[in-house]
Amino acid sequence: MGAEFVQLSLTPLLIGTLAAIACALPGNFLILRRQALIGDAISHVVLPGIVVAFLVTGVISTWPMMLGAAGAAVVSVILIEAIKRLGRIEPGAAMGVTFTSLFAAGVLLLEQSDTSSVHLDVEHALYGNLESLIWLAADGWASLVDPLALADLPPELTRMAVVTAMIAFLTLIFWRPLKLSTFDEGFAATIGIPTAVLSFALVVTAAVAAVAAFDAVGSIIVIAMFICPPAAARLMTNRLEIQVVWSVAFAVLSAVAGYVLAGYGPLWLGADDAVSAAGMIATVSGLILGLACLFAPHRSRIGAPRDAT
Amino acid sequence: MSNALLDALLLQSGYNATLVAIGAALLGVAGGSGGTFLFLRKRALVSDAVAHATLPGVGIAFIIMVLLGGDGRNLVGLLLGSAISASIGLLLVEWIARRTRLAEDAAIGAVLSVFFGFGIVLLTVIQTMSSGRQAGLESFLLGSTAGMLFQDAVVIAIGGALSVVAVFLLRRPMTLVAFDAEFAAASGVPVRLIDLAMMGLVMAVTVIGLKLVGLILVVAMLIIPPVTARFWTERTDRVIWIAGTIGGVSGYLGAALSASAPKLPTGPIIVLVCFALFVLSLLLAPNRGVLAAIVRHLRFQRRVHLRQGLLALAHQEQIFDPLTLRVLRRNRLIRGDRVATDRGRALAARTLRDEKRWQVAREIHSDETVSGRYDGLTPIETVLTRDEIAEIDRIIGGPSVAR
Repeated sequence: MGAEFVQLSLTPLLIGTLAAIACALPGNFLILRRQALIGDAISHVVLPGIVVAFLVTGVISTWPMMLGAAGAAVVSVILIEAIKRLGRIEPGAAMGVTFTSLFAAGVLLLEQSDTSSVHLDVEHALYGNLESLIWLAADGWASLVDPLALADLPPELTRMAVVTAMIAFLTLIFWRPLKLSTFDEGFAATIGIPTAVLSFALVVTAAVAAVAAFDAVGSIIVIAMFICPPAAARLMTNRLEIQVVWSVAFAVLSAVAGYVLAGYGPLWLGADDAVSAAGMIATVSGLILGLACLFAPHRSRIGAPRDAT
Repeated sequence: MSNALLDALLLQSGYNATLVAIGAALLGVAGGSGGTFLFLRKRALVSDAVAHATLPGVGIAFIIMVLLGGDGRNLVGLLLGSAISASIGLLLVEWIARRTRLAEDAAIGAVLSVFFGFGIVLLTVIQTMSSGRQAGLESFLLGSTAGMLFQDAVVIAIGGALSVVAVFLLRRPMTLVAFDAEFAAASGVPVRLIDLAMMGLVMAVTVIGLKLVGLILVVAMLIIPPVTARFWTERTDRVIWIAGTIGGVSGYLGAALSASAPKLPTGPIIVLVCFALFVLSLLLAPNRGVLAAIVRHLRFQRRVHLRQGLLALAHQEQIFDPLTLRVLRRNRLIRGDRVATDRGRALAARTLRDEKRWQVAREIHSDETVSGRYDGLTPIETVLTRDEIAEIDRIIGGPSVAR
């Protein structure tokens, strides 16, 4: 673990881990509320948001794009709700209509404007660029206390740290109302918790996590981390508190193991080049979920007939 | 309408474009009608998992074909690979939802993200391979007709036609299962088998649609047409055919539009045409449309105001509400100076009598069948028989005259 590790791997590893935690935390509630696919929907509608932000401002810079993405996410949540209510359509189908159409609009916009030439391509959005978030100024562990080197940290790291801290903080503050309204919305409403506002706020928080992570690591990690670690954690325990702890542990494990496997795995197998870190992190989280499905203590429904259809 | 668009619509812009337009229309019909069964079983987003799960299959098929010495771009080979990995993904969704306590949406999300992630890993492996031409593989993510070869178009057209035939042959048992699985099982339909056939069909549409619209947008072809069709009818069998038509029209129109001008990518255009049809239906459909609902609401509001206005006239009360005044005036029940016309007085008396009859009727028949139908609008003649009304009139005492 020498200077090279600090320079090349430490920051992407940290960013990936933070992104995984930021997505897994709201994911716990989304899974229990049967809104697991909201992460999938959000990560698709982020594309038109980014393209529009670019067309409006004309520059590739982070803040307008994050605002655009967040705006698109909120628009899509409102659209899904409107289609559900106005058309009396079940949530899954309403979601499918919304995100596919917005994604199509995004691709069309992208083709119409020559944004593809300025590194705003779809592959970048999908894979992310985790590997490129290196810390050039670092030359060893000592750089961690060197203010000059610290100033050169990738800005994604700071952003992701702030967003993750904010989400952890929000989860702590709103723990009781969130838990109550997730498990028994009717009861929560009777004791005066504004469940509709809370539910919307949860989705917006998820959108913020998704957009921040999307910027740094691509959309695959976002979708995978929203679902796989919380789902695996749900199979480990019956208590929400413990489930959240498990989900964070699984998220960190996926991020670290996925990054290491992507970077060094091919070398062990004799190949020369690394594979996509984002893809590998998603794959590892899937393997963890697979193991949980097979062996976790609370994997089956209590009282459900063995052959439920 | 530009000439290029007209040419494309009339299938005059070249053999390849024609084949693509026909293929897109067939794919739309197959997607729309096949997707209907998913939609009716409330499993619309399963198609999302299926679409994403095709990617690793594409990658593995490419790698195997390159290792066997080809250039890795044989469409049939890639489709075969994507079909196999999509089936595995589909079975995993089913397995997770049935065997663990995770809900189906979590199963869908897990499978789609993990399969897609693994597919991306394979794509980066392919990028580092020295042999093989991987250039076409990215088009699987977004679809592209620009690089479509003649035999690709043929594969799409034939596959679309076969799927349409499959929908037609299986429509009865699939309708039964989608509509009421338990009844279907009781009447001897092999539900599990039909379910698998339905999923097989969805998978086929997804795999065929990959090259044309790309793996993310093919989901739209399975979801949007059925949702749109649902606005127009309450009958399951009609939903299937309307959805098929909507899908077909979107496919054909979208393909023609994108052929008529450069920089109009086929997949997104087809999806956006489909979405436009959806929005139109959401707004304009009879009964379930938004506009119909607004009209219904306004009409109801008018009737309430008319009734209340007439009762006020009968009681010789002052009317202040502007909408009530407007409704009364438009029906020539009052004059400009708010004095009731003869017609107004007659109608007011009749309304008052109806209200009194209702009062008595609700006292006599306290059961739901009669008093439950009192909403202040329904004339009592439509609820009670003439004899019953005569009985009520006897209690009220003689036909009253307008005061």
